[in-house]
Amino acid sequence: MSLNRIFDIAGSAMSAQSMRLNTTASNIANADTASSSTDEVYRARKPVFASIQQSVMATGFNTAFTDMPESQGVEVKGIVESDAPLNMRYQPDHPMANGDGYVMYPNVNVVEEMTDMLSASRSFQTNVDVMDAAKTMMQRILTLGQ
Amino acid sequence: MSISFNNALGIHEQALNLRVKRAEVLANNLANADTPGFKARDLDFKAALNNSLSQSGSAGSMAMAQTNSKHLSTSNDASESLLYRNPTQPSIDGNTVDTQQETAAYMKNAMDYQASFQFLNSKFKGLTSAIRGD
Repeated sequence: MSLNRIFDIAGSAMSAQSMRLNTTASNIANADTASSSTDEVYRARKPVFASIQQSVMATGFNTAFTDMPESQGVEVKGIVESDAPLNMRYQPDHPMANGDGYVMYPNVNVVEEMTDMLSASRSFQTNVDVMDAAKTMMQRILTLGQ
Repeated sequence: MSISFNNALGIHEQALNLRVKRAEVLANNLANADTPGFKARDLDFKAALNNSLSQSGSAGSMAMAQTNSKHLSTSNDASESLLYRNPTQPSIDGNTVDTQQETAAYMKNAMDYQASFQFLNSKFKGLTSAIRGD
């Protein structure tokens, strides 16, 4: 009985989604932080998801040759900064304005971030439900023979 | 007359194990709902059950005999009937997980697990009452 692995799988997904929610929160919070140079300006951060591949040793002899090993959960490979063009506004009166009178704003698209936030919280919820169902299944097996 | 657990418990033990395995595969699909390029998978339950039954030697055994300890095992484990889902709405990033479909399959699998469990439990209850003799 390997119901334990479902907890690992759903748990990895939940931590990945909360990481996504964290970066989204950081992006929205910094959406309007002004800066005077392109080096210092905040750039939108996005987590990169990848599925956790089981090692060949764990999958056994047969599956190693017939098929790709099945994955066991999801992990965050890293967080990348967005390459989207920065938001430049001509505000000569702004204290952060550069020599030409431009102020740099982050390349955060708030609409996109809101969508990401909703998607992340939905996925998180789904994984909570998965874990809950697995818990029920496990509790049933403990009552076997009673 | 001896009672072997294989005969007494029948198909339900294998079925329960495969239900757990399938729950794991479906949970993995749901976990990877936002992973780019991930392909949703599922277990061909019937094929997997047949495999695991022939392995346990109860029905039409196709398993090869291992006459030497150095022989490699030819066992068909459940992961060999692990197939890829046909996507209904493929997404641009190559992910084929349809969360609604997977959730439905997961819940249905959990219900089927309850059913298999119920059968197994009643078998055990039957054995217990046979032992007690009341």
